Amino acid sequence: MADNLTEWLFAALQTLLFIGGAPLLSGWIKRLKCHLQNRAAPSLLQPYRDLAKLFGKDVVLAQDASWIFRAAPYVVFGAIMLAASVVPLVAIPLPTAAIADVIVLVGFFALARFFQALAGMDIGTAFGGMGASREMTVASLAEPAMLMAVFTLTMTASTTNISVAIRHILDAGLVLRPSFLFALLSLAMVAVAETGRIPIDNPATHLELTMLHEATVLEYGARHLALIDWAGMIKLMIYAVLISNIFLPWGIARHLTFPAIALGIVAIIAKLALLAVLLALWETVLAKMRLFRVPQFLGFAFLLSLLGILTHVILETAV
Amino acid sequence: MHLTDLSLYSQGILVSAALVLFTSFVMLAQARIQPLIYAFAWQGALLSVTTALVALVSGHSHLYISALLTFGLKALLIPWMLYRLARRLNIQYDVETVSHPSLTLLAGAVLVVFCYYVALPVALLSALVTRNTIAVSMATVLLGMLLMITRRTAVAQVIGFMSIENGLFFAAVASTYGMPMIVELGVAFDVLVAAVLFGVFFFQIRSSIDSLDVDRLNRLSEKGE
Amino acid sequence: MSPLLLAYAAVAAALLSGVVALAADRFPAALRRGSFTLLGICGLAAVAGGGEALLTGQRSTAQLPFGLPWLNWHLRLDPLSGFFMAIIGIAVVAISFYGPGYVREFERTVHAHGTAPADVEPHTHPRQSLAALGLFTGIFVAGMLAVLLADDAFVFMIAWEVMSVSSYLLVAYQHHNPANRHAAFLYLLLAHVGALVILLAFGVLAGFGGGFTFDAMRAAHLTPVWASIAFALALFGFGMKAGMVPLHVWLPEAHPVAPSHISALMSGVMIKVAIYGLIRFTFDLLGQIQWSWGLATLAIGTATALLGVLYALTQNDFKRLLAYSSVENVGIILMGLGLSMIFVATGHPALAVVALLAALYHSLNHAVFKTLLFLGAGAVLYRTHERDLDRMGGLIRRMPATALFMLIGCLSIAALPPFNGFVSEWLTLQAALQVPVLASGVLRSIIPIAAALLALTTALAAATFVKVYGVAFLGQARTRHVAHAREVGLGMRAAMALLALLCVVLGVVPTLVIRLIEPITQDLLRLRPAAATVRGWLWLTPVSPHVASYSAPLVVAAMAFTFLAGYLLLHRRGRSARRSQPWDCGFGGLSARMQYTSTAFAQPIRKVFAPVWQIDERVEKVQTSPTRFVSMRHHLHVGDWSWSAAYQPIGHLVLAAARRVGRIQTGSIRVYLAYSFFTLLLLLWLIT
Repeated sequence: MADNLTEWLFAALQTLLFIGGAPLLSGWIKRLKCHLQNRAAPSLLQPYRDLAKLFGKDVVLAQDASWIFRAAPYVVFGAIMLAASVVPLVAIPLPTAAIADVIVLVGFFALARFFQALAGMDIGTAFGGMGASREMTVASLAEPAMLMAVFTLTMTASTTNISVAIRHILDAGLVLRPSFLFALLSLAMVAVAETGRIPIDNPATHLELTMLHEATVLEYGARHLALIDWAGMIKLMIYAVLISNIFLPWGIARHLTFPAIALGIVAIIAKLALLAVLLALWETVLAKMRLFRVPQFLGFAFLLSLLGILTHVILETAV
Repeated sequence: MHLTDLSLYSQGILVSAALVLFTSFVMLAQARIQPLIYAFAWQGALLSVTTALVALVSGHSHLYISALLTFGLKALLIPWMLYRLARRLNIQYDVETVSHPSLTLLAGAVLVVFCYYVALPVALLSALVTRNTIAVSMATVLLGMLLMITRRTAVAQVIGFMSIENGLFFAAVASTYGMPMIVELGVAFDVLVAAVLFGVFFFQIRSSIDSLDVDRLNRLSEKGE
Repeated sequence: MSPLLLAYAAVAAALLSGVVALAADRFPAALRRGSFTLLGICGLAAVAGGGEALLTGQRSTAQLPFGLPWLNWHLRLDPLSGFFMAIIGIAVVAISFYGPGYVREFERTVHAHGTAPADVEPHTHPRQSLAALGLFTGIFVAGMLAVLLADDAFVFMIAWEVMSVSSYLLVAYQHHNPANRHAAFLYLLLAHVGALVILLAFGVLAGFGGGFTFDAMRAAHLTPVWASIAFALALFGFGMKAGMVPLHVWLPEAHPVAPSHISALMSGVMIKVAIYGLIRFTFDLLGQIQWSWGLATLAIGTATALLGVLYALTQNDFKRLLAYSSVENVGIILMGLGLSMIFVATGHPALAVVALLAALYHSLNHAVFKTLLFLGAGAVLYRTHERDLDRMGGLIRRMPATALFMLIGCLSIAALPPFNGFVSEWLTLQAALQVPVLASGVLRSIIPIAAALLALTTALAAATFVKVYGVAFLGQARTRHVAHAREVGLGMRAAMALLALLCVVLGVVPTLVIRLIEPITQDLLRLRPAAATVRGWLWLTPVSPHVASYSAPLVVAAMAFTFLAGYLLLHRRGRSARRSQPWDCGFGGLSARMQYTSTAFAQPIRKVFAPVWQIDERVEKVQTSPTRFVSMRHHLHVGDWSWSAAYQPIGHLVLAAARRVGRIQTGSIRVYLAYSFFTLLLLLWLIT
């Protein structure tokens, strides 16, 4: 029982680490992008300062905003926080992973998005509706691709519990799986679409007509905006952690011993830092797509994950 | 035999085989001529990697020669010829409108499942490391055909044809560790000659009907317009 | 009381409510007080009887001395029929709260001409008979209950027809509108084609079993080919009633035009009766299930789900959208059934149990949230006289309670955790993910694709209901009626509250529901979902705790914790938030017409999946110069392909054949006499 309690405590700590570390990751990506684009880079801690500033401000609501508009940031943050709590960050033993498997994780993202879109429509402006419509379109194309990629993994690990799956992959050692290659590419493309990065959406845009995610949060300010922004950062981190810990699980702590956890922390920092470099490069090289090119992008992601399933069935199972 | 029981090199064979299949899909999805040629080159390169890995695992040293030949011919020479041709015809940036691209890709996926179903009895008879890739090689052949069916420009059709040849070579490697050297050399030479001839034909077709759209060749039929 | 007695009581109460309603044209209170109270009693009795059959897991049978001389009425109540009876009961109870308020609308039509009634354009409404509404509602409910009780094909078909015809009369209730008459006729026609096919399916079984009782059919030994034929007939017949693509075309026409509480019964419950029929026929009567049936059901289910949701997404009529979404949900249920059949046929009963569980659970969930949504749509209709989403808006401020319940309904149907729709879709996905156990590689590669398409369906459903809720309830009111809408009465709110509460309960404690469903799988597959509740009520683990688990109570607890923490940390007492104009790009004067409409919301998806619909889109511009528009009209019609691809050719064929046959109609009495004469001769020759 004491062991059990430690695990639950550790899960809570890990979730806090997730929430606390997410702005750092965003700051690091921003910094890298600035360096790559020959701009003066803000401090690594800038996202924290932004959040602190927003939390300190007074709320101004749009005229027609109903309670949905005020509740949405809390639902969004809560759903994303729950999602963060079930993803193993530094150690595999994670009792919270049993609360929600990877399909429920996708469900949490969907819940957050649902309220985000409703909040966009609540204020009764054209931008809100536009953002909601586009966000739901992109999401409805990204979700099947994501689940398909996830199915590839779960067919190998025969579980949808993320922590069990990672342990399974780690135990198998270094195995070259063609299906994982496709799933990795597909998941990366989905992650780009779902977290609103280039080429699907531009996180830095302030031109109304090109906005997807930003259009739904246009009317938010103060603590509401802070919660939504923070949730966005956590979501980015969740995808990054999922990709790095599923496909490169090495370094993650198998047991809750001090050296293992220390190694786990170092490993995840290294992996995320590297992934951030790739993302920054990708965002610097590419330009934003037209909205109606996005279905092709996501269709390709879906094809990749489909190939993942097919190659898993054809090549990886014994005849 | 499960994947985890195989050696890392054997797993490498499977990965590169899967990537060959992937390049087939990329070709199917690619509407521009120049990236299509690049994808074809990548397919040749991956095929030669696969062949080299098969040589390494099986110890058949003549496959190294096949791999080198494939690399030189299909990853470098033919793509380079096609590329030069496309530039001289000034079509390298042409975008072809593929009707229902996603449907084509889906049909491709269905083809892969179908090949798996058809190749299953063959794979059961085989004891080679590569037996699982027989279905993939068959799929490469059929996807090449699909490419030829769905495209109208002559260049894309030639690439489809070459990709069929890639699939056939792959099938030979996968099911029997390659054909006798003399056959392979002959086939390679044939392909080379075909590539040169196609180049000549392109100019002929274009000078006679002002386009590389093979649908326009319909007017050559007796019914006419 | 024994479950069967309770079931009798339910049927009797339903019939009685119909009889009482006969007085309603003279005394409207007879319908409101008497009839609906009796319906409430009927619903409670059905829930009690069904619940008891489920809890005890026993079969009770009876024979009533009615019917054909050689065939008494065989009745039976087992866990499967009990489960569906409880579903009907829940919906009927909700209706009994909702109805008294809602039918006032029709009362007004009867007694005070002048105000526009709900589903009718003003000035054109003739007298509508409240008695007819009450009578047919009672018969309809009784018919549905009797279908579940039937234990021989004879009773089954009679009850089925009673259900079909009475619901036809309800669809045709507002028959002064030509579109309604057309929808009702289409419904009657297709319902009878379906009934005929079901009859044929029973005929095959009866032919092999040597009797029309279900017991005789269970004992029948069919050759695989005949079994497949029987299954195909049953799938066609029951699928037609359930709204399976491409047999669904009548459903979005007929369901929305009935009065809203009847729409709720038809969409929420009646299509479940068809699902019940399919389960009864396939899993109980046919016996040896073949995997190809499962694959066919899975494929059709996937197509139904995807097309259903895509069509729903493009609708602007609130009730029509809900009807299309019923098509989608039937698809999801069929997917579960298909998976279950595949697993049964390939010798994995434990997984078949999970898939069947998913299908049954989704049937229950859909009944609850679809009834809720239809009642909500009815409430909006009642107050605003609008069915067009593009004319609503901002109702959350005018009808806060209805808006809250509808939000719960939308969250449930969009399959979002922790609500009930999510649990059943999660179970379906989990069942689909267990394919690695199958020996056939083709199945192993096809089923995940179906699962991914289910994910696509779910995501599109979320988009659909964001659209519904965002356009109807949020933003600014688009018309005057809507801007002055009032909250509906207590009874109507109570009905919606009951269903909304059920949505939450069914979502949060799935393990208890699964305990309830267990006897059904025990009955049909001889196996209980033992693993599902192995870690206690907190954890849902359909296959094993190691493979997958979901704990809705903990999710809710964590959510509540976040809310509480957020409120305590961030909310500042005594400082109310300042209100201001939203960003208008500096042009000023945002109006309600600038909001995204339902048509606009669906536009990107309409463009992505364009080949799915028959889209007729025109923009008429009146412009004075290339940059100045005087006016613009946007015309959009989204048609159903299955009409022009299947139904119209068949219709033309039938008409052409009828013209041929029509030639024998000469009009001369002597020729008709000659026909009769020769028929008589032929018959005499045949029987000798």
